[in-house]
Amino acid sequence: MKPAPFAYAKARSLDEAIALLGEHKDARLLAGGQSLIATLNMRLSSPSLLIDINGVGGCDGIALKAGMVEIGALTRHAAAERSETVARHAPLIAKAMPHIGHVAIRNRGTIGGSIAFADPAAELPACLLALGGEVEALGPKGKRTIKADDLFKGLFETALGPQDVLTAIRVPAADKNARYGFAEFARRHGDYAIVGLAAGARAEGKALTDVRLAFFGVGATPLRAKKSEAALAKGDVEAAVAALDVEPQDDVQATGAVKKHLAGVLLRRVARQLMEPRA
Amino acid sequence: MTAQSLDISLTVNGDAVSDRVEARKTLVDFLREDLALTGSHVGCEHGVCGACTVRVDGEIVRGCLMLAVQCDGATVQTIEGLSDSGELADLQAAFEQRNALQCGYCTPGMLAAAQDLLRKGGVPSRDAIREHISGNYCRCTGYHAIVDAIEAVAQERTKVRAGDKP
Repeated sequence: MKPAPFAYAKARSLDEAIALLGEHKDARLLAGGQSLIATLNMRLSSPSLLIDINGVGGCDGIALKAGMVEIGALTRHAAAERSETVARHAPLIAKAMPHIGHVAIRNRGTIGGSIAFADPAAELPACLLALGGEVEALGPKGKRTIKADDLFKGLFETALGPQDVLTAIRVPAADKNARYGFAEFARRHGDYAIVGLAAGARAEGKALTDVRLAFFGVGATPLRAKKSEAALAKGDVEAAVAALDVEPQDDVQATGAVKKHLAGVLLRRVARQLMEPRA
Repeated sequence: MTAQSLDISLTVNGDAVSDRVEARKTLVDFLREDLALTGSHVGCEHGVCGACTVRVDGEIVRGCLMLAVQCDGATVQTIEGLSDSGELADLQAAFEQRNALQCGYCTPGMLAAAQDLLRKGGVPSRDAIREHISGNYCRCTGYHAIVDAIEAVAQERTKVRAGDKP
């Protein structure tokens, strides 16, 4: 199918984009467009205006700042995938990157777009949650920071307001005690996950603390399995699987029961990754 | 300034092109309908099949997930341009020799994706080849012949490059 007609505006600054969002209530921001344009083509979405923010400048850097890795919202997935800083200081994101779409998609898709779109089966929102990261948003009243735990509100719904623009994400930089795990099941490499798991933890001697298990593809948002986190912190992988507090619904890819089983399989694999010392 | 139609200027296969396009027109529809470059194919129109893969500013992209208006000022290469330049000649010959196509619908996108991998140099593993073309559906061949062709060209190009050295 082809998109319904819409108007297009190329914003020269974030302030201009925010002002346009105020004037046109059903406008959408166009960043990488790798989800948005697909929904336009399928006529799942028909905004009156697209506000292209690709030209605003200053939103596509990757930097280590005060113990946090900051990634500008307009950073392409491909740039994050190639980044030395991401590989060294945000290894969970580096690990997840090859699973996100395909090369041609990663060349256009943006980090901020993926988080703001909040697809429940997408990798990056779960990574942000597993890392206890945060996002920076700019709106009519200025800048604010939203913690990952408070960001994902419902299906494709975030705490961002109608005039907010997500400008950057921040995750704590990895240190020698930080551990990460990532695994997913997908029908084809690069497809959205049937079920996936992004995880972070801290190693204390042989034990794990601050275990954060963020499942994706199991609900309306990426979800933490807090009972399993507690069990895993005690070192009991099978108890963590038994305690799995996610209740996936049936969808086009699999039944809820299959997804729940797969979530347990992923949990065992990821637990192994978390318990291995990092090279 | 918001508009339903916009003037764009870009370079397509080395030629300067200026046109007025509807904001809602995707890049692949612009190439096919306005420039009669029908080598880029339209499959799923939501980024899954890869039949519309073209090069924009040196990187492969989905022609169905980019709007023509976003290509103002860009350099676009389609299968017609990549083919005419000779950049793909050995890859095209290998696809033909090894029956790496049957109906040919996926082939322009498949060649663009394969060349994107081969341009990095070296001989990628068969797994790496499969991963790189994972975004391009072929419903005829079962992929083995495509992987064979890409691998053979990688080996041949590496040999030629090594032979070039004094």
